[in-house]
Amino acid sequence: MDYEFLWRPVFQAFPQLLKASLVTIEVSIISMVIGLAAGLLLFFARSSGVWIARFFASVWIEVARNTPALFQLFFFKFGLGAIGIIIDSYITVVMALAFNTAGYMAETFRGGFKAIPGSQLNSARSLGMTFVQAQCYVVIPQVLRAVWHPMTNQFIWVMLLTSLGMLVGLRELSGETQFLYSKTFRAFEFFAATAIIYYCIAKLMLLLFRLIAWRLFRGQ
Amino acid sequence: MAIDVFSELQPKDLLFLGEAALRTLEISLTAIGIGSAFGVVFGWMMSEGNRFVTFIINAILDIFRSVPLIIQLILFDSFISIAGYPLPAFVSGTIVLSVYTAALVANVARGGVEAVPASLRKASRSLGLSYWQDLRYIVWPVGLRAVFPSWIGVALSVVKDSALVSVIGYVELLKASQILITRTQDTFVILTIAGLFYFALSYPISKASDYIERRWNQ
Amino acid sequence: MIEIKNLKKSFDELQVLKGIDLTVNNGEVLSVIGSSGSGKSTLLYCINALEPIDSGSILVDGIGVHDKSTDVNKLRQKIGMVFQQFNMFPHLTAQENVALAPRKVKKMSKKDAMDLAARQLEHVGLGQKLNSYPSALSGGQQQRVAIARALAMEPSYMLFDEVTSALDPELVGEVEDTMRMLAKEGMTMILVTHEINFARDVSDRIAFFHEGRMEEINSPDQLINHPTSEHTVKFLSNVR
Ligand SMILES: Nc1ncnc2c1ncn2[C@@H]1O[C@H](COP(=O)(O)OP(=O)(O)OP(=O)(O)O)[C@@H](O)[C@H]1O
Ligand SMILES: [Mg+2]
Repeated sequence: MDYEFLWRPVFQAFPQLLKASLVTIEVSIISMVIGLAAGLLLFFARSSGVWIARFFASVWIEVARNTPALFQLFFFKFGLGAIGIIIDSYITVVMALAFNTAGYMAETFRGGFKAIPGSQLNSARSLGMTFVQAQCYVVIPQVLRAVWHPMTNQFIWVMLLTSLGMLVGLRELSGETQFLYSKTFRAFEFFAATAIIYYCIAKLMLLLFRLIAWRLFRGQ
Repeated sequence: MAIDVFSELQPKDLLFLGEAALRTLEISLTAIGIGSAFGVVFGWMMSEGNRFVTFIINAILDIFRSVPLIIQLILFDSFISIAGYPLPAFVSGTIVLSVYTAALVANVARGGVEAVPASLRKASRSLGLSYWQDLRYIVWPVGLRAVFPSWIGVALSVVKDSALVSVIGYVELLKASQILITRTQDTFVILTIAGLFYFALSYPISKASDYIERRWNQ
Repeated sequence: MIEIKNLKKSFDELQVLKGIDLTVNNGEVLSVIGSSGSGKSTLLYCINALEPIDSGSILVDGIGVHDKSTDVNKLRQKIGMVFQQFNMFPHLTAQENVALAPRKVKKMSKKDAMDLAARQLEHVGLGQKLNSYPSALSGGQQQRVAIARALAMEPSYMLFDEVTSALDPELVGEVEDTMRMLAKEGMTMILVTHEINFARDVSDRIAFFHEGRMEEINSPDQLINHPTSEHTVKFLSNVR
């Protein structure tokens, strides 16, 4: 092997990589927040009595879960492009990831609500709480705890998926790396650095979620 | 005759898509097979080994779960070309996907071994079964039952994630679709075909797995 | 006063209550016994409007429990209920469990609600466990928190649904003692139980349910020693 590793360009580009990491984190958070909200709505829609809402939610959930995330991204990019809607790659990625997350989270919420026995609602109601009060103060805090772990995993999963952005021209961490390496042709060095950054972001996110969980659920 | 840059979707294009779909199946099934075998071994080592072994294996496998697959693929691909042993895209894709699968399956397998109550294993050993017999006749069937649905979930996600192997030049289904979209501009037809293929594969299997899980949990 | 008139209730095809007439006076303790599936729990759920009814009526202090115009949330404050499963809210400490409804339903300030909770827990002998989460409490302790939680709403009536039957035998006593104490304090109570001896001690009357009907209702002594219905005889000989 007569290849000489050259790390200098990577070090020089490090500030740009860190800046791109912020884009990665930002896209992850925005997609996750939208995805969570949409996922909760999908869960309610799917368990509602309105068949059209149920149908719409089911299609969304099943497509999100049973096709590749990359397919969903292409659908938002090429599909919307084909009907003349050209959107910015940032928004395309957010839409695709939020779509994907919503589908997975809807299922997670279903599991979470199912895990809370109906007797909890009954006892709350027997104390005179309204349905909404019982949900807010008794059921949902428990659901939050039940879905916390899968939600953490989903968040990290979304963060890793933002790397698909490089395939549609988004300059998040992977996209930026590709851009930089194409100027220097040091693919291995650049992507190795990027891999390390992703690893660190994933661990930091995990730590953050653990800390929040510790604050929220301690003692229980 | 001028070269037809944009042209209608033709029958041979469908064949092209079909072949690409087969390539998707080929690479993902290979990776699921190899990755699951290794994953089970790693999972077993993590649940039965001492703390140090568990920690090391887990830390290593965790890397593959904490770095985007697409980066793993590019990194491996550029590494082997630096090293001077360029491999066909199928081979390098399979290697990376298999390692990734093993990392996911290891956790599932570990859960499976740990799902077997210690008292059950004590009981089987007290009947005179050897360690390996206990593994083969008690831990494997009981643990498999506990985590089979999760394993199906991992396998299906590997099928979907195999779409990323296109970044190192393996023309699987999504890459083929992208090529055709660029040429024919028949976006919706092509995307629908590709989407339906994944859906038709994944949806029935995941529903069946839910059903089995519910049956077993009764 | 709780007045139940010709109460009927079914789940789908199955008629669970087949016309119950029953009056419970203020200050009275009524025990309900009967075999599994005879509709005892369902009766309590109906009184607390946790289940709709088919026909008949239930009046609590003259208010129709199932009338459309009745504010059930208000009504339920009058009627405390404790369930067989402990039903602690697992994400809250004992004190928070008790304080939650006074705060949210009665709109008490946090401080007042927590003080009230502390007093109620003291009352059931759990003054030491204010900050414990349910997972750190024994079944008997959890059940006493559940009683305190219901009492914190200052109900006029208490419904108990087999509150000791999910407990280990050695923990039954502490919960029964708590109920005895309430009976002495003059609380109006309906308690569903399988513990005949406890029912005899604590109740003014005992009702025997069989397949959705109230077969017999009488003073403890009369019902236990001189039962009139053959089903009662059979039931009593089985539980003895
Ligand atoms: N939510 C429900 N849906 C359908 N059937 C029900 C429901 N709740 C109770 N039942 C049925 O109604 C009947 C009476 O139930 P109930 O719980 O009132 O009996 P019980 O006298 O309290 O018995 P146990 O001593 O076992 O608690 C039973 O046959 C039960 O299966
Ligand atoms: Mg009952």
